[in-house]
Amino acid sequence: MENTFFVDSEHLSPEVLKKKHQLETDPAARKDPMAYLPGMEVIDSDVRDRVLAEMNAYDPARYTPRHVRAALDHPTCSLEDFKALLSPAAAPFLEEIARRAHEETQKHFGNTVYLFTPLYIANYCENYCVYCGFNCYNHIKRKKLTMEQVEHEMAVIAQSGMEEILLLTGESRAQSDVAYIGEACKLARKYFRMVGLEIYPVNTEEYRYLHDCGADYVTVFQETYDIKKYETLHLLGHKRVWPYRFDAQERALRGGMRGVAFSALLGLSDFRKDALATALHACLLQRKYPAAELSLSCPRLRPIINNDKISPLDVGEKELCQVLCAYRIFLPFVGITVSSRESARFRDGIVKIAATKISAGVSTGIGDHESKYTGQGPKDDQGDEQFEIDDSRSFSQMYRDMDQEGLQPVLNDYLYV
Amino acid sequence: MQTSDKLSLGGREFSSRFILGSGKYSLKLIQAAVRDAGAEIITLAVRRANTKDQENILDYIPKGVTLLPNTSGARDAKEAVRIARLARELGCGDFVKVEIMRDSKYLLPDNTETIKATEILAKEGFVVLPYMYPDLNVARDLVNAGAAAVMPLASPIGSNKGLATREFIQILIDEIDLPVIVDAGIGRPSQACEAMEMGAAAIMANTALATAGDLPLMAAAFRQAIEAGRKAYLSGLGRVLVRGASASDPLTGFLHD
Repeated sequence: MENTFFVDSEHLSPEVLKKKHQLETDPAARKDPMAYLPGMEVIDSDVRDRVLAEMNAYDPARYTPRHVRAALDHPTCSLEDFKALLSPAAAPFLEEIARRAHEETQKHFGNTVYLFTPLYIANYCENYCVYCGFNCYNHIKRKKLTMEQVEHEMAVIAQSGMEEILLLTGESRAQSDVAYIGEACKLARKYFRMVGLEIYPVNTEEYRYLHDCGADYVTVFQETYDIKKYETLHLLGHKRVWPYRFDAQERALRGGMRGVAFSALLGLSDFRKDALATALHACLLQRKYPAAELSLSCPRLRPIINNDKISPLDVGEKELCQVLCAYRIFLPFVGITVSSRESARFRDGIVKIAATKISAGVSTGIGDHESKYTGQGPKDDQGDEQFEIDDSRSFSQMYRDMDQEGLQPVLNDYLYV
Repeated sequence: MQTSDKLSLGGREFSSRFILGSGKYSLKLIQAAVRDAGAEIITLAVRRANTKDQENILDYIPKGVTLLPNTSGARDAKEAVRIARLARELGCGDFVKVEIMRDSKYLLPDNTETIKATEILAKEGFVVLPYMYPDLNVARDLVNAGAAAVMPLASPIGSNKGLATREFIQILIDEIDLPVIVDAGIGRPSQACEAMEMGAAAIMANTALATAGDLPLMAAAFRQAIEAGRKAYLSGLGRVLVRGASASDPLTGFLHD
């Protein structure tokens, strides 16, 4: 089964529709995903080749229950063990894998769970990524917050008690340039202890600038490490350039960021291979930059505005749980974030096993925190959402729920030094 | 002898030799943990205490307990010094546990940077307790830098693996005049007891308690183990037989015939 991603809006002109269809149907009409665009920094690194070589050689079907048993019996998890834990052969061992993951999480994080919230400040996007609600051909309400509006949103969120924020934009340099994002970071430092960024990938010196503005963590989702598949999903725009995206975390660390986060969007390609590549990407950068703080996310595909049929296909909750537990056992020291794409029931369960960080009070729309936090009706000028969330618990509700689950919610564990 | 046996740090005396961590469990359990551990010193991460009003860890620590803020999150001496100064501004007192890690995987301390930070902070009047990898040369440098104690790791933090560095910690105990406080990796009361029998001045534990099913009960178990180990050390441990039984007739008896 495959997702049907292509949706034509009646608002697009015949010329635009023609180009859209051409991009969708004719590979020759699309740019080479491996060719850098002007202004994109090229860094010298072997991490990419090493990740791709391992991923391409990985055959999940080759692993047997014997390999899984051995992986669980080993005191530390090798790359081969990790491959076994991700394989279909590991499915019957899920409870045992979860127990081992829980043990590792306890050792490194005790009974704590970190809370944060994302803040989308703009949803303009220059890319055509077929599964994303912000894609440039999707007819949605676009909005870019002014600095006054950004500050207002931050004040509303800070009022709730939240101390960590993740700033997000659609991927448009033209609409949301680095200076704009930098100003938002400076404001965020006034209201929050910790500021993370999830924006389009930038060059090392731009990351350095954003770090100086107050940001210390950078999240870049690779979406899929399967380049052939990636090429068919990201049809237009700078995001199409796969290697520039891949090196983003390394540039961020070189630019002085304290930590970086990685993720594949599960459901786009072979999720086991993508999970292997994601964790190996993080693992190799830790070897190269030992002080870097690392974090993994594990989002699955979600429905978007104008396409409610999108699903994560073969990545069910059991598979997701298996991937998260395998991440934990392979990389016991990394943070694992589980987003509001997942249900409250799943998130409550997984934070007791492998996850260490969850979002609360989430909106993926633009400029709607006040209406969502206070229950007032939505304003007309809000920007539309990137995807539909599942777990809509408020910050205070989440705090209470985590407390009741026997976990210690942590709002800040960080100093900007 | 028992009543006068105090742990002396930075000009202050403590009856308890159990330093409690606070970072990995519910704030509500801190009071019970301190009580049942009989602890007089509790560590806290400055980065965690640097929070707004909601549930500040500082509000949960009982009065009369000495705070030992740590510099976790620091990647070099400069950052550790800044964090220590912030701790002082937050009202955490003059004690500071210097923790400098340039490795996010094992959280092993960077001894070189730790020496630098210790020197700067000691000159600023801090009572500096540096977390370190047990290396005799480094420990001597820390003494010269003005440390109030040294805190060698027993095994990787959070690993609960016990005294993996036993031989090297013993060397520090034998050669360093400052209190040697064994930190990190102590997973069981029996391991804490063993370190105390060796002559450690105190034990610091966190994960072992945080991950116990009954935290206050485990705190009490550690307290008893530490006290038992201390008494054994003070009593002058009897000879421990490593291999087989000892011959009752001396082998060199013929020399005295």
